Amino acid sequence: MGIIINDTGFIVDKWGSVSVLEIASDVDPNHMDILADCQYIRINFSNFTDGRIFSLARLLRLRGYSGALRAAGPMISDQYAMARRAGFDEVEIPIDLALRQPENDWLARANWQTNDYQTNLRATVNNPSKRRG
Amino acid sequence: MVNWKFSKVITANALHEGDVVYLTKKGTWTSRLQLAHVFRIATEAEKKLYAARLKADQVVDVYLADVRRNDGEITPVHFRENFRQTGPSNYFHGKQNEI
Amino acid sequence: MYHYSEFDADFLTARNRQFRDQVARRITGALSEDEFKPLRLMNGLYLQLHAYMLRVAVPYGTLNSAQMDQLAMIAERWDKGYGHFTTRQNIQFNWPKLQDVPDILDALEKVQMHAVQTSGNTVRNVTADPLAGAAADEIEDPRPYAELIRQWSTDHPEFQFMPRKFKIAVSGSPQDRAVTKAHDIGLRVIKRGSEIGFEVFVGGGLGRTPMIGKTLCEFLPKSDLLPYIEAIISVWNLLGRRDNKYKSRIKVTVHEHGLDEIQHRVAERFAEIKPSFGGLDQSLLARVKACFEPPNFKSMNLKSFEATYAKDSSFRSWVDINITTHRNPNYAIAEISLKAHGQTPGDASSSQMRIIAQIARRYGHDELRINHTQNVILPHVHKADLPAVYEALQIANLTTANIGLISDIIACPGMDYCALATARSIPIAQRIALRFKELKLEHDIGPLKLKISGCINGCGHHHVGHIGILGLDRAGVENYQITLGGDEGEAAALGVRAGPGFSTDEIIPAIERLVMAYLQLRKNPQEIFLQTYRRVGLAPFKAALYPAANAPKDTV
Repeated sequence: MGIIINDTGFIVDKWGSVSVLEIASDVDPNHMDILADCQYIRINFSNFTDGRIFSLARLLRLRGYSGALRAAGPMISDQYAMARRAGFDEVEIPIDLALRQPENDWLARANWQTNDYQTNLRATVNNPSKRRG
Repeated sequence: MVNWKFSKVITANALHEGDVVYLTKKGTWTSRLQLAHVFRIATEAEKKLYAARLKADQVVDVYLADVRRNDGEITPVHFRENFRQTGPSNYFHGKQNEI
Repeated sequence: MYHYSEFDADFLTARNRQFRDQVARRITGALSEDEFKPLRLMNGLYLQLHAYMLRVAVPYGTLNSAQMDQLAMIAERWDKGYGHFTTRQNIQFNWPKLQDVPDILDALEKVQMHAVQTSGNTVRNVTADPLAGAAADEIEDPRPYAELIRQWSTDHPEFQFMPRKFKIAVSGSPQDRAVTKAHDIGLRVIKRGSEIGFEVFVGGGLGRTPMIGKTLCEFLPKSDLLPYIEAIISVWNLLGRRDNKYKSRIKVTVHEHGLDEIQHRVAERFAEIKPSFGGLDQSLLARVKACFEPPNFKSMNLKSFEATYAKDSSFRSWVDINITTHRNPNYAIAEISLKAHGQTPGDASSSQMRIIAQIARRYGHDELRINHTQNVILPHVHKADLPAVYEALQIANLTTANIGLISDIIACPGMDYCALATARSIPIAQRIALRFKELKLEHDIGPLKLKISGCINGCGHHHVGHIGILGLDRAGVENYQITLGGDEGEAAALGVRAGPGFSTDEIIPAIERLVMAYLQLRKNPQEIFLQTYRRVGLAPFKAALYPAANAPKDTV
């Protein structure tokens, strides 16, 4: 059990008892089989230096996953923008980490859509691409 | 129990300046090796090392370094620690320039 | 050169503000040192032996006079009055204090400079041919591509916490002056018919397990550049080992999985990624290219240059050795040696930086380059201005005429500064330079690339030196191993270890014996050291290094 964070700050966990596909950060991306009706995916990691989760999230989105995507592990607030840009909707962190990283730290990175080089560079010439979510 | 081979100081870099510091007997940090406390008992050193690492607002990269005592003067065993004590050899910068 | 758009400027302002806040949170303890460390690294701040070290990016080695002046100011105000230019075309300050770094970053921002991703497990400074835009053999200026990659890699959400660092280099000429084959990704601009594209190398690296990069793609169309690089790094980010940092680099990943397997994975990933690129990057490329148009070349009379060349022997020597042919026949590429005999390779004082800046402004179309060999280059100087440039350089003691000679040594900072080092490299470089100056043999020896690393990480590029020196710790004493026959160009090759190492006292005489052997063995004075080595092999040089009378057991 941890603290759930999105752009509005610390929120109540709305997932409840839904069916969640759990993915480990060391999964082989070629063996990440997502069923068509999958709506909830959680990517689990145990160290904030494990940057695989961001590439996994991106791949899931590129492959058409449009359900809820959560990163669960000891993320630091400075990574929040990376998480959102990579395709995560929200982050779940351990409670003791939240004590050192109050809500304001996370809200400070909620403007993740600004200063985003990569989205700019991927845009089309006539219509700047709209970010999904 | 004293192990006559165990002879170490606790050293680190100061968080703000980044310069090399050593732990004194009182538990403060000094930039002068000669004022460092030399540990002769491993368990005591480990205990103090653990405590020193908690002083994250003062120092970073805390570890134990071997030293010798020659006529009361503390000298590092490894030449890397010699450089940390003195400063670089290409300019008169760092500790050697701060008396 | 590139000028920031509003987007670039806004990014940097926000980034610097974030770092300032991160420093504050570190000091209060809201961030632990373990959490702060990757954050300070991705803003270029190391902790070294005696102090912090800030590594400032010089993107693809290009800067102007205002930027050089600002670096001089920063060195004076927040450091000890000098900076160190590196083998990745960056500049390092060795003595900043933590609480000053946010102010230093703000000062850099004023001149469109930064320290973003110059360290950490990120995509590092993209380096390029230091003679870009000026070299006679250039197919296309590589720097617009380097700038595109720089932007694309900046704060890339996927690639801030990778298995290890990632280094990319771009060359725009058949002659490779960017050491592309020693990088994680090397890009070489090539032409297929009339179409411009890249040969893509992967898995080069010079550290613990040196490897020459392999061709991953023989011809990559330039519009595929970003999605293809993203595919490579995405594959590696997920596949690269995170259990052992000595096996994390992509060169090991390629070695362990095989090039075919990696090629296959990259092709698959590229197919997934490419549709997400809409084409704006190519129109941005066009805008960036416009920033790299050649300067308005002047027309001037060459008579005074010719007269000075004829009558002033030291000017003539400097021109003969430090000047490279420019694509414009009336111009010259002037390399300023930061290797004065006995000085620390790559170091420049604030006053030297200012004089260099002034020369660039007045005579150099306001453009400067940093060479991976740790020298500064004025890429566009009209030959008629060379006498004035030389005179100005003399004031700053910057007229050492040794480019490409034995005293033009690449040396990492070594144990005098670096926390990773196992031995010192700077004093060895100083003493070798002084010895050969004393012997008055440098010009006779001719081109000889000597490179020194103070540890196995190889930041001094010793593996690709004609003569390489690796400083190690052997039983608590500095010990130096010699490698021979390395080459950093397009025919890249790794040097071969000559034999057991030498002590600090023995290494200089050993190098002397080596060079004397070359002078004896060479066919003629035109045959350079590397050529002689390739012709006669290791054995005669080994015999010279280890004279029979003291032949040691060859222990590994």
